[in-house]
Amino acid sequence: MSTQPQQPAQEMALGATVPKAAAQPATADHQAGTRHARTAARLMMAPAVILLLGWMLVPLTMTLYFSFKKFLPLRGGDLGWVGFDNYVRFVSSSAFWPSVQATLVIVGGVLAITVVLGVLLAILLNQPMWGRGVVRILVIAPFFVMPTVSALVWKNMFMDPVNGLLAHVWRAFGAEPLVWLTEASTQSIILIVSWQWLPFATLILLTAIQSLDREQLEAAEMDGAPPLSRFAYITLPHLSRAITVVVLIQTIFLLSIFAEIFVTTQGAFGTKTLTYLIFQRVLESQNIGLGSAGGVYAIILANIVAIFLMRIVGKNLDA
Amino acid sequence: MARAITPQRKALNTALAWGVGLLIFFPILWTILTSFKTEAQAISDPPVFLFFDWTLENYSVVQERSDYGRFLWNSIIIAGGSTLLGILIAVPAAWSMAFVPSKRTKDILLWMLSTKMLPAVGVLYPIYLIFIKMGLLDTKLGLVIVLMLINLPIIVWMLYTYFKEIPGEILEAARMDGAGLREEVLFILTPMAIPGIASTLLLNVILAWNEAFWTLNLTAAKAAPLTAFIASYSSPEGLFYAKLSAASTMAIAPILILGWFSQKQLVSGLTFGAVK
Amino acid sequence: MFARHALSAATAVSLLAAGGASAETITIATVNNGDMIRMQGLTDDFTEKTGHEVEWVTLEENVLRQRVTTDITTKGGQFDVMTIGMYETPIWGKNGWLVPLDDLPADYDADDILPAMRGGLSVDGTLYAAPFYGESSMIMYRTDLMEQAGLEMPEAPTWDFVAEAARAMTDKDAGIYGICLRGKAGWGENMAFLTATANAFGARWFDENWQPQFDQPEWKETLEFYVNLMNDAGPPGASNNGFNENLSLFQQGKCGMWIDATVAASFVTNPEDSTVADKVGFALAPDTGKGKRGNWLWAWALAIPAGTQKEDAAKEFIQWATSKEYIELVAENEGWANVPPGARSSLYENPNYKDIPFAKMTLESILSADPTNPTVDPVPYVGVQFAAIPEFAGIAGQVGQEFAAALAGQQSVDEALAKAQALTTDEMEAAGY
Repeated sequence: MSTQPQQPAQEMALGATVPKAAAQPATADHQAGTRHARTAARLMMAPAVILLLGWMLVPLTMTLYFSFKKFLPLRGGDLGWVGFDNYVRFVSSSAFWPSVQATLVIVGGVLAITVVLGVLLAILLNQPMWGRGVVRILVIAPFFVMPTVSALVWKNMFMDPVNGLLAHVWRAFGAEPLVWLTEASTQSIILIVSWQWLPFATLILLTAIQSLDREQLEAAEMDGAPPLSRFAYITLPHLSRAITVVVLIQTIFLLSIFAEIFVTTQGAFGTKTLTYLIFQRVLESQNIGLGSAGGVYAIILANIVAIFLMRIVGKNLDA
Repeated sequence: MARAITPQRKALNTALAWGVGLLIFFPILWTILTSFKTEAQAISDPPVFLFFDWTLENYSVVQERSDYGRFLWNSIIIAGGSTLLGILIAVPAAWSMAFVPSKRTKDILLWMLSTKMLPAVGVLYPIYLIFIKMGLLDTKLGLVIVLMLINLPIIVWMLYTYFKEIPGEILEAARMDGAGLREEVLFILTPMAIPGIASTLLLNVILAWNEAFWTLNLTAAKAAPLTAFIASYSSPEGLFYAKLSAASTMAIAPILILGWFSQKQLVSGLTFGAVK
Repeated sequence: MFARHALSAATAVSLLAAGGASAETITIATVNNGDMIRMQGLTDDFTEKTGHEVEWVTLEENVLRQRVTTDITTKGGQFDVMTIGMYETPIWGKNGWLVPLDDLPADYDADDILPAMRGGLSVDGTLYAAPFYGESSMIMYRTDLMEQAGLEMPEAPTWDFVAEAARAMTDKDAGIYGICLRGKAGWGENMAFLTATANAFGARWFDENWQPQFDQPEWKETLEFYVNLMNDAGPPGASNNGFNENLSLFQQGKCGMWIDATVAASFVTNPEDSTVADKVGFALAPDTGKGKRGNWLWAWALAIPAGTQKEDAAKEFIQWATSKEYIELVAENEGWANVPPGARSSLYENPNYKDIPFAKMTLESILSADPTNPTVDPVPYVGVQFAAIPEFAGIAGQVGQEFAAALAGQQSVDEALAKAQALTTDEMEAAGY
């Protein structure tokens, strides 16, 4: 592992006010070199940027095109332009606002659970103990499980009210088994998704916590600072950057969760997210125009979230 | 460790951590155990944990019904191919962002991430039409391309954060010695970034392996990976917990094993620049 | 296992050598139901007879539907044979997306297909999909529990009797629930059952001017009856139970009665999977004395998408899989109880099949279902448990979620019906009715 040579870099990044380019001596010779490097840099960036631009623009253009059409494949396909009809219909449907709410609740719930439990778990795993390697393997394992498989396993083998393991546990305590996917549908989905993403959060937070300056913590302990304030004033601020990363990456993935809902509730009992609503419009109702309009709304929602995130990230994650 | 920790404290930590670890791992363990039960034992009341008649019958039933090897091979090609292709494209981009940053670098980076927020369901129809036109339906190549594009932003970002941590002084020194761009990337940066590249590789293999929307909707018989394999075992008629468990175990085992063996690399590299 | 594969590979090679260019590999999309899995296992027989190889795409029902619909509407051409139902066939056939099956050879005996099935899979008299198996719905009940409750199941019960029996059989402490009915949201799940049941209560989806009818008292009566009955005598979590979940509950001996597809009869009487195999009786789906029984009509059928390059091979496959010989092949391998039912009249005349306990009731149920005249009051659509219009799947999917929420007690019956009425009106408007 090349942790040693990275030390100076980390220090430099810490004092991030000094841009790398400025560290170079500004002779004429080097300026030419820099210009050369800039051209090269653009060329090197080009493939990735062009590919992603294509990947974004082509479907986006087609989605926009369809969204202004009455497009019903089962009724003969393209039935002409309809202006903003699809957009109006999509938001005025009784399912729209609940779906936005469901999306935000699920994303927010999973974020809250994974970050809070992730921090606690990271602190725990950072303590001295026997067999830490094995524990770490156990903790990260859910991250390797396909969403479809984890949804199927949770739904059938744990949450089933008759044969599920949780029902057996409930009955062992003399309680009436909870009908998870009905009575606590949103919570169940949050639970399943959190289980999948907790390892990811824990790993990133653990790496961050390991880089925490022990001496600082110990000095605070000597000074008689109680554990809780040591956590609040030293550990937590140190983790803020890692938490930002966890929130950013997870949000990107969570906004589009699909398999977990498709397998478990199929959008019933208040678990219809925006993504799922679009799925219903496109694939169940076979209304491509309406679904495309929904897609445009989803892109807008994603961008609102993205701008919101960039604000935090911009503060916390200087490139 | 600067200070000694009492053995009691360590024992307590150990017990707590193992408890939590086993709790988190339990659903997977239970699935694996169930896959060795008969269908009747799988739903027995009270549930049996270890003391049942272990059987491999479910595995042979699943194997007889679906040719596991073919799905596995497709998964390997698609996950591996898309990751390698992605890294090939992302390394130069990440390099230039890290070492020749401009005012727009951060914007470009965040824009790239934002392309991941495009809801896949909404563009299924357009993408399907494009795939028909290009003859990419049910081909591994088609999926390699799509999954590469989906994960490219993550790859670029991860690599960028690793490259950024490579000290500029080393590059300076190399340039002084007359190293060109190519040498710089090939002989100095890449070796230093290998841990980072390794963990990027692992993370993206995992993400591509588990992607279940495009892999299911753009394939039929020839290119279908394990996500399609599992789709034929969800809620069939009658008792199915044991068979479902066997199929699930088969679908996740390869990536679980890969993840376990390489967890050191994965863990050490999975920082997304969060560590300072 | 390996020997068989090796053998079939050898046969295929020799046929390839002999037959030359005629041997093809066809791709078949199918659902992961027991009968199709069985068909998959018998593929070697087809390959031996024709030289064609088969690639199977076996998917769970919802995924399959999503997959084949995308492919057919975009003319993706990924499949040479698709497994579709009685709902899709007339719509797709009308759009010209399916290859007509009107030139099947005489020895296939297309006239042997049960008229109800034939009618449901045809457009203007042309067959577009061949039924692999057909089903109606009926009551399956536990004879021992019925006896314990001191009741006797008539051959053609009313809903009042069924409700009374269900409540009498229920013993929640012992894990016995008097009645298991579909509650899981979905147009092919709870809505199939509820739409068919509503027919018996005199309700209908649309009036003759395509006006949604959820605001009518008949629907309220249907839904209230159903919700109350399930609350008193249904299993916990019924709003997540579809066909498969109920089948599993019944096989475990947890249901007193189960009203569902007739094909389930062979699963619940199969001692290998069912703990109650020898204690199952059958009766017609209940009515309310209004002249309609709540029994549906459905077929899983094989169709060829228009535009496939391998039409001939695909047709050969369909002929093989839906033939009389195939039924005999299954009977030979798995016994008569496991042959695909409900597709051919000759099966029910076969002396070997007559001894099967559920054969008579299955046939009677199928014969009494009437898709062209499903309701008490006249309707503009065809179909018992669905309305054969393209919008139905989307609408009923959403209505099903409202009804499931009502069953789960998350909203009242009135709220569910009001929402159903509103969203159906909205969707029908969007479609231009």
